[in-house]
Amino acid sequence: MIEVKNVNKSFGDNHVLKDFNAAFEPGRVNLIIGQSGSGKSVLTKCIVGLMEIDGGQILFDGNDFSKMNRLERKEIRKEIGMLFQGSALFDSLTVEENIMFPLTMFTKMSNKEMLDRANFCLDRVNLEGRNKLYPAECSGGMQKRIAIARAIAMNPKYLFCDEPNSGLDPSTSIVIDNLIKEITYEYNMTTIVITHDMNSVIEIGDSIVFVYGGRSWWYGNKEDIIKTDNPEINDFVYASQFMKNLKNKLKQEGM
Amino acid sequence: MSYINSIGKYFGMLRYVFSRPERLKVYHTRTFNEIEIIGLNSIGIVAILSVFIGAVISMQTAANMTSPLLPKYTIGYITRSSTILEFSPTIISLILAGKVGSNIASEIGTMKVTEQIDALEIMGVNSLSFLILPKTIAAMFFFPFLIIFSMGLSLVGGYVAVTATGLSSHEEYVFGIRSFFLVSDITYALFKTVCFAFIIVTVSSFFGYYTKGGALDVGKSSTQAVVWSSICILLTNFILTQLILL
Repeated sequence: MIEVKNVNKSFGDNHVLKDFNAAFEPGRVNLIIGQSGSGKSVLTKCIVGLMEIDGGQILFDGNDFSKMNRLERKEIRKEIGMLFQGSALFDSLTVEENIMFPLTMFTKMSNKEMLDRANFCLDRVNLEGRNKLYPAECSGGMQKRIAIARAIAMNPKYLFCDEPNSGLDPSTSIVIDNLIKEITYEYNMTTIVITHDMNSVIEIGDSIVFVYGGRSWWYGNKEDIIKTDNPEINDFVYASQFMKNLKNKLKQEGM
Repeated sequence: MSYINSIGKYFGMLRYVFSRPERLKVYHTRTFNEIEIIGLNSIGIVAILSVFIGAVISMQTAANMTSPLLPKYTIGYITRSSTILEFSPTIISLILAGKVGSNIASEIGTMKVTEQIDALEIMGVNSLSFLILPKTIAAMFFFPFLIIFSMGLSLVGGYVAVTATGLSSHEEYVFGIRSFFLVSDITYALFKTVCFAFIIVTVSSFFGYYTKGGALDVGKSSTQAVVWSSICILLTNFILTQLILL
């Protein structure tokens, strides 16, 4: 479980996160949603330690990450898998080498064992037989799936996904969403997904935090978000005329 | 003030670069790869430059020897001294700052802006050490060989130029390059080279690693890496010459 307690983060005069609170449970897909610039990515970077927080606590299963030294953080990070917005695959390595990379660095597995694990992860994301391709030879959707395979190679306890569907077509987005949902349930991971894709929210949102003005403005799940009367969240969810019409229609039908 | 900050940040970076590697075997493999990328791939340009500059130094020397009192072997002597003391270690290092430095800065800078460095950090890898240490060791190990190679080729270039044009005979040139030879000159040159190799890799890596933004900023970092590596090489050359030779 990951808990964020009263976290503050500023860049000069720009107070991005203001007393932010949230709890992300294992075995659930936890979504962080919000408008661009609301502080979602900063929050994730703070949670994984890529940015230092100004105040508050970030607890990984009760252990305060913000007070850990470099070596202790390193141990926690070995249990984190992250899917970056741009996939962040290593250009100079093949698909197989990308997946084997964390295993090479942190395990004492033999080459055969690492290869077996890489093949297993590739099978899991339906990319069997693509071992020898380079990232540049793969499509955007394939790159995301390879990044997921790399993220789960070490059997992580925590999975972070930063806008996993950005730049993907709707059908590929659904494939990625379903993959994230399946591996979260299968490995009982604490998964945190940053998104502003409403399809993802409806598809996989077991638990949702709405970030507004640097604060944790609203909590709920995919059913709650459709029914809520919170004006800020309605402005976000029903931003387009199509969605507004849809909401009115649902209301008229008593849903 | 920002310069002082940058200097502090540079030394802070070095502290992490030289911290204990996670997996020695991986670093070992990476170092050999870097020897190929940084060192072996630079042999061509070093060879071409060395031959031509050796030839030009010897011909310039011959052209400026107007006094009949100066013996002809001076051409070989001056070519050797200029080559060993300055041309090979300093000028070739400046060329390598352009070739290798820009390559390192753009490689690391691209990794930074495409979040590959963040990915390394998230995995628990010390990205500074993982990326920079193998390059530093590779350059400090291999550049001295490049410079010895350059010294040899410059002398050959000088020889071919002056004997082919009749400015000096074979015997006079060879006698010149063997005259007043001090082994300490070679030691000094190689010591300088190792220092320059360290500067080229660490300064270029610094600019690459702290790149912010996009492709345009990677280009800017690459340019800054070459400019600052060159300035640091020239300053270090001045200080080392003062300390060791005078």
